[in-house]
Amino acid sequence: MAKNIFKNAIKKAFSKDALTIYFVIAIYAVISVMLYGGFASRQLTNMLISVSCYIVLAVSLNLVVGLLGELSLGHAGFMSVGLFSGCLFSMWTVDLLPMIVRLPLSMIFGGLFAAVVGFVVGLPALRLKGDYLAIVTLACGEIIKNVITNLEITGGALGLTTNNSDAFIYSKPKELLPYAIVLVLVTVVVMMNIKKSRHGRAIMAIRDNRIAAEATGINVTYYKLIVFILAAFFAGAAGVLYGHSFANIKPATFNYNMSIEILVIVVLGGMGSINGSIIAAIALRALPEMLREFSDYRMLAYSILLIAIMLLNSNAKFNELKSKMSLKNILSLLKTKKAKKGGAKQ
Amino acid sequence: MSLFFQTLISGLSLGSIYALIALGYTMVYGIAKMLNFAHGDVIMIGAYSVIVTVMSLNLPPVIAILASILFCALLGVTIEFLAYKPLRKASPLAVLITAIGVSYFLQNIAQLIFGTQQKAFPKIIDLPGIRISGVEINGITLITLAVTAIIMIALTLFINKTKVGKAMRAVSEDKEAAELMGISTNRTISVTFAIGSALAAVASIFYGATYTYIKPTTGSMPGIKAFTAAVFGGIGSIPGAMLGGIMLGVIEQYSKAYISTTMSDAIVFAVLIIVLLVKPTGLLGKKISEKV
Amino acid sequence: MNNSYEHKPKLVPYPSNAFVPERDIGKRPVLEVNHLGIDFGGLTAVDDFSIIVGRTEIAGLIGPNGAGKTTVFNLLTNVYHPTRGSILVDGMSTAGKSTHQVNHMGIARTFQNIRLFSNLSVLDNVKVGLHNSMKENFFAAVTHSFGYGKAEKKADAQALEFLDFFHMADLANAPAGSLPYGAQRRLEIARALATSPKIILLDEPAAGMNPSETAELMENIRRIRDNFGIAVMLIEHDMKLVMNICEGICVLDHGKVIAKGTPDEIKSNPKVVEAYLGKAKEA
Repeated sequence: MAKNIFKNAIKKAFSKDALTIYFVIAIYAVISVMLYGGFASRQLTNMLISVSCYIVLAVSLNLVVGLLGELSLGHAGFMSVGLFSGCLFSMWTVDLLPMIVRLPLSMIFGGLFAAVVGFVVGLPALRLKGDYLAIVTLACGEIIKNVITNLEITGGALGLTTNNSDAFIYSKPKELLPYAIVLVLVTVVVMMNIKKSRHGRAIMAIRDNRIAAEATGINVTYYKLIVFILAAFFAGAAGVLYGHSFANIKPATFNYNMSIEILVIVVLGGMGSINGSIIAAIALRALPEMLREFSDYRMLAYSILLIAIMLLNSNAKFNELKSKMSLKNILSLLKTKKAKKGGAKQ
Repeated sequence: MSLFFQTLISGLSLGSIYALIALGYTMVYGIAKMLNFAHGDVIMIGAYSVIVTVMSLNLPPVIAILASILFCALLGVTIEFLAYKPLRKASPLAVLITAIGVSYFLQNIAQLIFGTQQKAFPKIIDLPGIRISGVEINGITLITLAVTAIIMIALTLFINKTKVGKAMRAVSEDKEAAELMGISTNRTISVTFAIGSALAAVASIFYGATYTYIKPTTGSMPGIKAFTAAVFGGIGSIPGAMLGGIMLGVIEQYSKAYISTTMSDAIVFAVLIIVLLVKPTGLLGKKISEKV
Repeated sequence: MNNSYEHKPKLVPYPSNAFVPERDIGKRPVLEVNHLGIDFGGLTAVDDFSIIVGRTEIAGLIGPNGAGKTTVFNLLTNVYHPTRGSILVDGMSTAGKSTHQVNHMGIARTFQNIRLFSNLSVLDNVKVGLHNSMKENFFAAVTHSFGYGKAEKKADAQALEFLDFFHMADLANAPAGSLPYGAQRRLEIARALATSPKIILLDEPAAGMNPSETAELMENIRRIRDNFGIAVMLIEHDMKLVMNICEGICVLDHGKVIAKGTPDEIKSNPKVVEAYLGKAKEA
């Protein structure tokens, strides 16, 4: 019995999910050493928080697009709702609470606010699907942007200033990094765990065949709403973090272009793949920053790269080559070689 | 009362522009079953090509307009050939992302050539306005309404009466069956892109003439609005795109005039959501029910 | 294997004009359908459909193409909501319930055009069927603790049992979409059984199968009834299969019931011969 538990623990420690977590921790460990040791360039420091936010955004959008199979073009809207509500909460409580309590509470507050909006946006998802749902989520995102732009409490079109002396909540990357690490880890773990539970299976069943899922006793309404609520919650929480890293935030930033940017990360990373979302978020956010010296050409290069990747990915010959070169394949080749050797010995 | 009619006229004019763009979205969707996200940016390219032909090459406006239409039609066909044709069998999402890539590409090319600053659109339509009992209609609006009406009638006739138009309808109904009847799907799709992009060029001229300034991101907002209009009317349906475009323009102008200038977009999108909730496939969209 | 049921029992009246196998007498029928009907626009697809299915009966629903058989299944599972009539599952009305609630009440089904969760593994397909019997709540799922491991392990074992029942436990980790046709049909039945139904509806289970596969299917259908003690109702065009295993048969033509009875009664019913079997004999 004890041996079994030990065996299971080892198996768990080397599972694919665990490796993802180690990977994330390792990256952040290196970054932390660089940042706190003073080796990090300004460029790296500046993009740390935003890349972390994009990881959370992509992983949470993947729940909608990859697992539920519905196209959402309004993710930036959820982020924006969380950002403004959470940052306002943070400004109100800045004199009362120390940062270590205030920031997590603000993230939860902003996340919950976004979740409520996610619920409302999720309602049409019950009746619509495919392109019609996509346009409705896009419309919702634009409505959110428009409404926030017209709210006095968030500073209207000029946006929220986080570094004014009355309520100074603006924080440097050095202060925000620990929170970013925790948020990324929590998001990744929650998404991975859901995927491997009965709830995740129900969500994927709806994606694969809604009618069969219903006939198999899955409450489609419930799960569609849950997915939108959860995705919005994490997008909102990421928004709060994002908001604290800028001195001024304008609601117009969070338009459909940003939602599309997040969607591109999810699709390039691979639908339903959490690892893919993380890597694609880092690559796609860091790449334009690194190409800054070619400033005029970088977005052009980005667009060409995007088209090229999509064309290559659906090219049959390229896919064949890719699967031949994949790590899994190489490993299994090695294994069969080993097995053959073992067989020869016997 | 005069405000009411004035708004109606400006709504119809804006709606005509949306309708022309929406037609491109809906035709491509109907036939290639894809959302051509780059369609909005074709408008921007069309407007720039007018600027180049009139301002730099000093050619007369008529030539500029024809050149712009021809250039956009060619551009549409080229985009389809290079970026979308290899993805005929790929997932709709892969095509969508590629279209987004094409949209970024067009915006950035324009930015490289023309810079981020906005450029003035030349005055190529110079027509005196008219006044009917207190309601003023300027020349550009008159031309916009007249040309859009002509185009819609011509397009309807083209789709219903000509051989190419029938082929387009056949491909949109059932691609395989159309192939078996000897219709070339690829050629039909190319024709569709050419027509859609040419219509976008026409829209770009009216847009430029009305709003007078053009920059690399000019196409994206009218593009999104027109896309919304196409869905509003029932994507894939040509009369739907016309109706959706015009209604969207009218709703937008009325909410600007009577409710709030800054909230008009929110109102337009809210109306869209309500319509889709009541009629999930848009105003004139076909009801698709999954066979169990 | 418990083979206590004779294969062609007498049907006895319940309560008056409907028939169930003798062994199911005295027990509440699993399905009582009264005067069910649905109109699509002006068109009446099914009209005045009534049937009683005993607790462990194998019932057949036959009829020419377009007779409305699948529509009846869609009505029974509330995929379509009936215009008229009532459905009682184990005495409870399904009126106003949604499809997943009807499943919870005890009706599971398969589909004419196979509907699997093709990107999920074979095992996970069955585990989706076990969804409602699993107790792990959202918090346990998110944290992978508080009984999560135990629940998953139990589900794995149960799902494997269902797969083993159809001799496909070795395929557990394959993606469902990659299975050969026959295995996909079996998996669909396994998934339906995993929802622990009181009656399972099979929509053309033998379609596209060769004679030996059909023979295996027939055996499997009997085993389902005997092992799980549930009722089976099937739509099938393979008359050999229907006449062999069904105890009560209902014949549908143009949305109306034209005959009900035992296989022998159906075979000799002139109306059926005219509408259905007559054509088959000509061919």
